[in-house]
Amino acid sequence: MQTIKILGTGCPKCKQTEAIIKEALAQSGKEAEIIKVEDIQKIMEYNVMSTPAVVVDEVVKLRGKVPSIQEILTLLD
Amino acid sequence: MFDWLQDLADWLVYGVFGIGESTKLGISLNFFFYDTLKILLLLLLITTLMGMVNAYFPIERLRDFLQRKKLFGLENLLASFFGAITPFCSCSSVPLFIGFVQGGIPLGVTFSFLITSPLVNEIALAMFIGLFGLKFTVIYAVTGILLGTIGGIVLGKMGLEKHLSEWVQNLIKSKTEGTSSFQAEDIPFLERLKLVVREAFGIVKSIVIYVLIGIGIGAAMHGYVPENFFAQYLGSGQWWTVPLAVIVAVPLYSNAAGIIPVIQVLVAKGVPIGTSIAFMMATIGLSIPEATLLKKVMTARLIGIYFGVVTLFIIISGYLFNLIL
Repeated sequence: MQTIKILGTGCPKCKQTEAIIKEALAQSGKEAEIIKVEDIQKIMEYNVMSTPAVVVDEVVKLRGKVPSIQEILTLLD
Repeated sequence: MFDWLQDLADWLVYGVFGIGESTKLGISLNFFFYDTLKILLLLLLITTLMGMVNAYFPIERLRDFLQRKKLFGLENLLASFFGAITPFCSCSSVPLFIGFVQGGIPLGVTFSFLITSPLVNEIALAMFIGLFGLKFTVIYAVTGILLGTIGGIVLGKMGLEKHLSEWVQNLIKSKTEGTSSFQAEDIPFLERLKLVVREAFGIVKSIVIYVLIGIGIGAAMHGYVPENFFAQYLGSGQWWTVPLAVIVAVPLYSNAAGIIPVIQVLVAKGVPIGTSIAFMMATIGLSIPEATLLKKVMTARLIGIYFGVVTLFIIISGYLFNLIL
């Protein structure tokens, strides 16, 4: 199972991102563990400077924007 | 460029609604429709433009560039310039700040970015072009960038590293640069444009309510406040108007979308332009929510120094504008 982390300090965009990821999972019928990382020190370990960022299996895939459902679908196995 | 919009507003208000051209309600409504349409169009255009710039030149790239190149003092100008052209989101300012200092970029250069980023942002610029015209927009943008440059240089000279939060100081010492695990996205231009336009629509949608409120208040004032109303009291450039405007504005939190239409009417009714610009810079550039976010990475004392220096420079720019314009 994939692990999807959402990096963000809790701004509205991060919440939108979470909703979109859940929607993408629901549409594709796939399962993944979603973890929200809100602690700034932890976020900085991923070396991202613009949030929200999406990390799939510890690799930063998207950052600095709210993704579309399509974008998330391409990241899923 | 916007004549057709004026025609549309005329037709809508005087024709469709049948409100008299010389009535106060007619003038206010016409102003409201014209400004709203024009500004929404400009907002879409400029957020799209900035979005494209950002897609091809993400902030990570600026950081790498600043890390690698010695620019002999131009770093501040460059950081400030990029602060102006990157889309600003207050919740991104802390990760940006850490990302910069972690990458070994001097604190002063980081501050240059941090000052200009909210001060000159895409929304403010679009509203400015729409309401004040291109010339003022350029003057505002250049002043904002210079303010960030000089402010950053001054803050850099003050040796403030010791006032950063402890964990940030440790981060700088250890220089543990997080492994750059970012994968560049390879998206064709048109595909990218589509995504950026969609995001621009999202941004504009999220601020449209403030635009409407701001223009609404502006339009009401436009129709009902007498010409030169403010000029009587403030127009002769009393020296205290600039600091007063700035001190009132710093704790006042408003986004550019809400405040600029109101300022435009104040200027039209006789408030000196320098005083207005200083007020605007202080409202947009410094805010309590931003200070709260920054508390995670710096001590209250450093936030105080940072805000103090920027406030001082805003006041100076206000005086300069009143002198020149």
